[in-house]
Amino acid sequence: MYTQALNVVTEKLGDSEAEQRFLERIDAEERIEPNDWMPEAYRRLLIRQISQHAHSEVVGMLPEGNWITRAPSLRRKAALLAKVQDEGGHGLYLYAAAETLGISREEMVEQLLSGRAKYSSIFNYPTLTWADIGAIGWLVDGAAIMNQIPLCRCSYGPYARAMIRICREESFHQRQGYEIMLTLARGTPEQKAMAQDALNRWWWPVLMMFGPPDHASQHSEASMRWKVKRFSNDTLRQKFIDATVPQAQFLGLTIPDPELRFNAETGHWETGPIDWEEFHRVLAGYGPCNKERLAARRKAHEEGAWVREAALAYAAKQKQRITQQAA
Amino acid sequence: MQTTSIVFQGSPLAHYVLARADDALVLGHRLSEWCGHAPILEEDLALTNIALDLIGQARALYTYAAELEGRGHDEDDLAYLREDRQFHNLLLLEQPNGDFAVTCVRLLLFSAFAEPYWRLMRASSDAQLAAIAAKAEKECAYHVRHASQWVIRLGDGTEESHRRTQDALDTLWVYTGELFETSADEQALIAQGIAADPQAILPIWQNTVNAVLTEATLQAPSVSWMQTGGRRGLHSEHLGHMLAEMQYLQRTYPGAEW
Amino acid sequence: MDQFMPLWEVFIRTRNGLAHRHVGSLHAADAEMALQAARDVYTRRGEGVSIWVVPSAAITASDPAETEMMFEPTGSKIYRHPTFYKIPDEVGHM
Repeated sequence: MYTQALNVVTEKLGDSEAEQRFLERIDAEERIEPNDWMPEAYRRLLIRQISQHAHSEVVGMLPEGNWITRAPSLRRKAALLAKVQDEGGHGLYLYAAAETLGISREEMVEQLLSGRAKYSSIFNYPTLTWADIGAIGWLVDGAAIMNQIPLCRCSYGPYARAMIRICREESFHQRQGYEIMLTLARGTPEQKAMAQDALNRWWWPVLMMFGPPDHASQHSEASMRWKVKRFSNDTLRQKFIDATVPQAQFLGLTIPDPELRFNAETGHWETGPIDWEEFHRVLAGYGPCNKERLAARRKAHEEGAWVREAALAYAAKQKQRITQQAA
Repeated sequence: MQTTSIVFQGSPLAHYVLARADDALVLGHRLSEWCGHAPILEEDLALTNIALDLIGQARALYTYAAELEGRGHDEDDLAYLREDRQFHNLLLLEQPNGDFAVTCVRLLLFSAFAEPYWRLMRASSDAQLAAIAAKAEKECAYHVRHASQWVIRLGDGTEESHRRTQDALDTLWVYTGELFETSADEQALIAQGIAADPQAILPIWQNTVNAVLTEATLQAPSVSWMQTGGRRGLHSEHLGHMLAEMQYLQRTYPGAEW
Repeated sequence: MDQFMPLWEVFIRTRNGLAHRHVGSLHAADAEMALQAARDVYTRRGEGVSIWVVPSAAITASDPAETEMMFEPTGSKIYRHPTFYKIPDEVGHM
């Protein structure tokens, strides 16, 4: 579902001949493919960003997965299940894209489970009511789309191709969420309150998904130069706010920001200050659900170990049997 | 005191359809519990595909059961507003997921029945059931394949996986008798060419299951008693918990649209 | 740490008449499981009618460092292209 501007790559661009040629290819909008020469820093930045993106998809299955067994109708149950499944698929595509850069999925999973790798902060918030499923689809996926569409033109071929597939598949996710919100907003007073409560809790964390403000984001430069990232955090955030405020109004819900106002001169909605301390706190591991999310991933991994071992042991036996038959 | 619960009141055919819907929903629900927790990411997707097939079958069957009942209920009323004694699914399907071996063995034992069942049902004299069967047969054929391949690997994998899979088989075997039971009402439906005869499915099921167990180096347990009751609404303790979770929102906010 | 599950490359024919095309990769212990995983991962929206899975390790790829040697010499053989030959317009399409 989402990648977040978390990378802390601060490499200086080199000036070797190979690097010059690499930059010319980037400038010419050529795609870089797996075995092509690339600066080590570019490779590191991509591995970090793509693996964080993959981890976010996989961890992102958990908060929504929390409501699969409680979905209030069979139609909603099927849609939610298909959506959470998609997140798993997207994690899988992204792990595969990162593997083309010379890191194995096992290494990446190990980084996640050991707590060394980061994933999007948004998934460390709890899903407390059914309306949260609507809010996640509408807001979290909405924010993800803003970020992911430019990634379809990312300079690294396998990442760009994975993103094209992901964006195509995700087109139903935000609509699914908004439809839930719409149904609740037009439902009983309790349902409407549920929807408002979800918006209250998700609004600010979603704005944080775009990463720190541009003036505090020291690592965007290389990423922009290499055309991995094409728009700054603030640009994407603003685009999201401008698109979302009217959608909230249509729902008849109130965005939980008393300072929110429309600037007629710029044509943009302006929000009050974002609590970046909260953002850093959640990233540092002190969000409401960081421990639960990692614990759930570790549990699945550990409890699945004997299954993976069995599959490999069987494959090895089969290979041996075939060799013996041939001999 | 007012209750949100409904009691299904339909013909023997309507009840027959309802029980098959319950089978599909209960197993689909169980498999959906794996989503996000499977042993390997590829398997999260595989189990979810199977869950989605089953939930799809349940929806078609509930819709038809409601139509046959003719009292204005819809698929969600039937899924969310009946109490556990009103559910008629097989006991096998409501058993908790356990470890991955239990999940795969349960899926094999049921799908090896469901595939030939739906194949026969394509010839049902009831056009709606025949149409549902045409789709369900293909889905269940894949479920058999997926479950078989896993059971073979787990059975003939490591010592631990063999032990776990044999344990799963030993635990679940007592629930397989129920697959082949028929009530007097069902006998009548079989005689009318509406329902498939489980006795015709038994040898096919045995062939499929035995072939997999042999390849998996597993032993079919010998038991002197088969559990029964699901079709009559007498369940294990597990179903009540599953329904409490599944029905929670519909029960808490009666009449709300979702 | 885990033993590694082998990596497989997945190729899908979207419909008869078209060639199989590379769509991505996945991990599986053996070919049969790779095939099933490919079906579950890459054809969830009716994207295919046929699947190939190939162990990634079985693919031999050309070296990008040799791209010039491998592919540039062909650039000068313009006589292999129809536009190299001048045919008067009056002759019509050929």
